[in-house]
Amino acid sequence: MGLNELTAHEILDKIEKKEVSCEEVTRDVFRQIEKFDKDINAYVFLDKQEALKQADVLKKEKPKNSLCGIPVAVKDNICAKHKPTTCSSRILSGFKPPYDASVIGKLKASRAIFVGKTNMDEFAFGSSTETSCFGPTRNPWNLKTIPGGSSGGSAAAVSADETILAIGSDTGGSIRQPAAMCGVVGLKPTYGRISRFGLIAFASSLDQIGTITKDVEDAALFLTVIAGYDHHDSTSVNLAVPDYTKSFQRDIKGLKIAVPREYFGPGIDREVKNSVQKAIEVLSGLGAECEEVMLPHTEYALSVYYILAPAEASSNLARYDGIQYGYRAEKKNLLDTYFDTRRQGFGQEVKRRIILGTYALSSGYYEAYYLKAQKVRTLIKDDFDKIFSRYDLILTPTSPTAAFNIGEKIDDPLKMYLSDILTIPVNLAGLPAISVPCGFTASGLPVGLQIIAKPFNEEAIFKCAYAFEQNTDHHLKKPKLIHR
Amino acid sequence: MGSIDINYVAKLARIRLADSEKEHLAKDLSNILNYIDKLNQLNTEQVPPTSHILGLQNVFREDEVLPSLKIDEVLDNAPMKDGTSFKVPRII
Repeated sequence: MGLNELTAHEILDKIEKKEVSCEEVTRDVFRQIEKFDKDINAYVFLDKQEALKQADVLKKEKPKNSLCGIPVAVKDNICAKHKPTTCSSRILSGFKPPYDASVIGKLKASRAIFVGKTNMDEFAFGSSTETSCFGPTRNPWNLKTIPGGSSGGSAAAVSADETILAIGSDTGGSIRQPAAMCGVVGLKPTYGRISRFGLIAFASSLDQIGTITKDVEDAALFLTVIAGYDHHDSTSVNLAVPDYTKSFQRDIKGLKIAVPREYFGPGIDREVKNSVQKAIEVLSGLGAECEEVMLPHTEYALSVYYILAPAEASSNLARYDGIQYGYRAEKKNLLDTYFDTRRQGFGQEVKRRIILGTYALSSGYYEAYYLKAQKVRTLIKDDFDKIFSRYDLILTPTSPTAAFNIGEKIDDPLKMYLSDILTIPVNLAGLPAISVPCGFTASGLPVGLQIIAKPFNEEAIFKCAYAFEQNTDHHLKKPKLIHR
Repeated sequence: MGSIDINYVAKLARIRLADSEKEHLAKDLSNILNYIDKLNQLNTEQVPPTSHILGLQNVFREDEVLPSLKIDEVLDNAPMKDGTSFKVPRII
């Protein structure tokens, strides 16, 4: 077994006992990438030389910091100083940020090792990692299927043991949905829990950075390192960061869990429902009190999202004009430079969302669309507030289906959008949520269980997810990769 | 809710679209707008809008001068530059 197959907490234990060095771990990670990433395409940039150089330095040091010597992959929409950062878009080709995102700064301070940048849907607009200008990422469990998205590269890299930890971003499910489809653990913390300084903006009222890991313990360890207030991001919240690794308990007796009926309705695959039902039985068996509840405005969440997210995106993406960075179409006058840079630099889905968002914000339509959506957002948030006044957690499937085939939904945007129907409400309400593996379909594809808590109660999520993991073995199963 | 005048909106968004793209987009967007229309089933007259989920208002800090990025490093990313400026094509 390669050391790349271990979790971060296992590696840290072994480093402490001097059984392995971080250099050996890093070498095994790159060996795995070289063997399998031609097929999987999880990475768009690799930093092998730097990583090995850093590992060589770190192996001689006594590990003092919490992620010392642990390889980490980073989604390509997070700025790393002097490293290519493209959002998998042609319009940012050649861009090398002159500064580090705050999460990168925190990783450096904790002495983690930067492996490279991972593939994503262009500007994180997508649920399948098919809209990347670098071509699609493939799901390690079945190369004919998508890995989910938009953080598909990060999820696939963790799943295929091509890294130990990965960072993603989640605007409508972009961490949790690919984590579910790739059989790994994906955490979207509370809105404001992690600084977004240096995360290339998509929809600012929804975006959040989060983690993709092999188990719940790693998620808690990772969050403890990267969470916290940052004066560079005025939306980050000034609350003390607990040591999340202290949240674990085997005993969840009396934990009050709500199971919303709307998340098990039509459109949710039968095998997905069965796996989640079984997970609920496991938790009930451990003493949790699970009850069916209603979140009546759930059916409106997708509509709200597809007004707010494109509207905010159309504004955030106005900065890509060919002047300051990235791709530029050479034209004789400024206006034609704008028009043609954006025509040639953006892919189909990005254009679709910019046009939709521009329309929703254009004169005469603002009240009918954006304001209306913000009002319904209030109703969705109120639904959650009511449930959390009586329950600790909400349990749902993460994704309505397991991974679908590459090409299956790419020509039908509405069908594609429906794959985020169970994760979007969480972003609208700013809540923390995790996806953990909870089973497999008959064809061997992973299914995810979503656990949602009230704002800043990530500890309750970790407590429940850890108890579930300790009593099941879904997270221990690995895809069978075939070296060609 | 209305149908989209693609030419007008594309102009606002500063994106040139090929005719074939326009056709596709018009169809996709009308499907999406039809779906979104379900929001009108809800009466929201008395509902306040949510823009920030935790109710964050203005965030203030002291008005202090802090170091900025180095101009050279920033301009390294510019497709065209001239000295310490971004170079752009003719405007008029």
